[in-house]
Amino acid sequence: MNLLHHHHDGPAPQVGDEDDEDTPPIVITGLRNGFDGNIVHDGLDLTVKRGEIIGVVGGSGTGKSVLMRSIIGLQIPLAGDIEVLGESITDARDDSDIDIRSRWGVLFQGGALFSTLTVAENIQVPLKEFYKDIGPELLDEIARFKVTLSGLPEDAAAKYPSELSGGMRKRAGVARALALDPELLFLDEPTAGLDPISAAAFDNLIGELQATLKLTVFLITHDLDTLYAICDRVAVLADKKVIAVGTIPELLESKHPWIQEYFNGPRGRAANSSAQTKAVDKPIAEKA
Amino acid sequence: MREPPDFTAETDAQGAVTLALKGALLVSRIGAFDQRLREIAEPIAKIDLAGVSAIDTVGAWIVCRLSRQHDAQITGASAEAEKLIEAVSGPHDAEPITPPRPPAFIRVPEAVGALIVGIGSGSIQILGFMGAMLVSSWDIVRRPSHFRMTALVRQMELVGVNSLAIIGMMSFLVGIVIAQQGAVQLQQFGAQIYTVNLTGRLALRELGILMTSIMVAGRSGSAFAAQIGTMKLTEEIDAMRTIGVSPMQALVLPRVLASVLMLPLLGFYASIMAIIGGAVISWFTLDIPFLNFISRIRDVVPVTDLWVGLLKGPVFGMIVAVTGCYQGMQVSGNSEEVGLRTTMAVVQAIFMVIVLDAFFAVFFTKVGWI
Repeated sequence: MNLLHHHHDGPAPQVGDEDDEDTPPIVITGLRNGFDGNIVHDGLDLTVKRGEIIGVVGGSGTGKSVLMRSIIGLQIPLAGDIEVLGESITDARDDSDIDIRSRWGVLFQGGALFSTLTVAENIQVPLKEFYKDIGPELLDEIARFKVTLSGLPEDAAAKYPSELSGGMRKRAGVARALALDPELLFLDEPTAGLDPISAAAFDNLIGELQATLKLTVFLITHDLDTLYAICDRVAVLADKKVIAVGTIPELLESKHPWIQEYFNGPRGRAANSSAQTKAVDKPIAEKA
Repeated sequence: MREPPDFTAETDAQGAVTLALKGALLVSRIGAFDQRLREIAEPIAKIDLAGVSAIDTVGAWIVCRLSRQHDAQITGASAEAEKLIEAVSGPHDAEPITPPRPPAFIRVPEAVGALIVGIGSGSIQILGFMGAMLVSSWDIVRRPSHFRMTALVRQMELVGVNSLAIIGMMSFLVGIVIAQQGAVQLQQFGAQIYTVNLTGRLALRELGILMTSIMVAGRSGSAFAAQIGTMKLTEEIDAMRTIGVSPMQALVLPRVLASVLMLPLLGFYASIMAIIGGAVISWFTLDIPFLNFISRIRDVVPVTDLWVGLLKGPVFGMIVAVTGCYQGMQVSGNSEEVGLRTTMAVVQAIFMVIVLDAFFAVFFTKVGWI
């Protein structure tokens, strides 16, 4: 199965309103972020293309999570413009941007599931919030199929987050993020803290979901295997901006010392060679 | 914008019904549509999706459910729709998605039983907790370098110094109320001068320390429970243990000791503030000069009243701090537990303080400190 959905092959996805079908879902220009005079981003530009999985990498403290928080409106930038799905996040700070919020899903690093609600109730929270006319039977049915869609066993729906393992909690987080059938999915280090088998399974899940639901995925990760397995492009954060965006082969040409060290360090080479091996029996890693 | 979802049903010559779905089968506008589809009673042979302009997983699920329910064939689906329908048609054995809930005749006795067992095991556990505390204290007696002076001073500041304003204010007002209400009654038989006895004895013996304990339970006991509980949730307590720091010595003992030391002082301070409040109101309403009131206190209040108040202080302080720390240490699971345990810490501390206060009242009368 081809898990990758390439933004350039085939027609534009049929998701979302027709009017912004061709506009890139995320456009960041001149972003400047900082805390107490400590500047994290300065003049950061990034454009995410529709239907791609973009991986964001960078050393610790380069502001990957801050970048994501700025895009979803949790962090108010000092300067710059962020446009998500054709609407400006930096201008609309109040509830008027509520329309965009129903069109993205976010998976936080720890899952951020509501600990007093079951997995099914967690999935239903956004549905109940946005579409009050959905009846209780349909709500339950939606929760049920989202649980299976995220690769959880069916009995997980009735469980509380504290009864789930770390990997299952991430899947439940994805199920909640996908509750409203968003066009955009934000993932903050989805495979951190998972064992290699669960991490690989999670990568597959994201790849499959992206292909089936035609999502645009914004993925922060440290996991080189994830980058090789599912990312169409990789954006590298360093020196307070995005220093390079491109496919991994393109990035490998870069002369920047951090990029060289990242991809050509021992771990980078190991991930690369394992991706090459997989390419023999799976079309998935063809371009990697 | 896209047209809302709709359907038409057509019956062909053989009497088979074809349901033609139209419009956007999207989660944003499907609620009412789903209700209408559920009301269809007659069997459907075919579901035609040719008129569907957009579809998401919820739309696909509804189609999938309809086709299962009526054993109907799906026709005219776009490649995208087919992919989505396939994706959502996993096994759906209607596994319950709410946790099982037994009937009331089982639940109620079960809850009562759990409550009683909980009280029993809770009392044993709190005894165990106090035992562990004693062991830790003994460890500190043997190795005084393990004692955390900084933590103790910090807690004394939080429990004692920082609550001076609120306790002073509260006691002053309570003093006013006692003196004023007492004076109204005592005036009826010309004994208003006994307002001094009433205010002085009540404040020193009972109210000063009781009101202080309640205030400290609400202010500091709850803080202990919430703080330690949150540390428990974030595994900070486990981290401490691993490093070799005993949470008992680092967290519990400083808090308990600080409360034991501060409560008698706060109680005494509260009594004095209550007497000042009584003196001020008596000055205005009974024309007893302020200094006369104060000097009369010395004559009518036996010094044993002071001892009664001061002796109760450390005991109440112990109860408040131990309940707070104990409940904090019991937190496990989720954030709701922190709130629950904090509430329990405050309620239990106040209840225990009042029970013991009644016990003390009888005890001190029996030993002749009337």
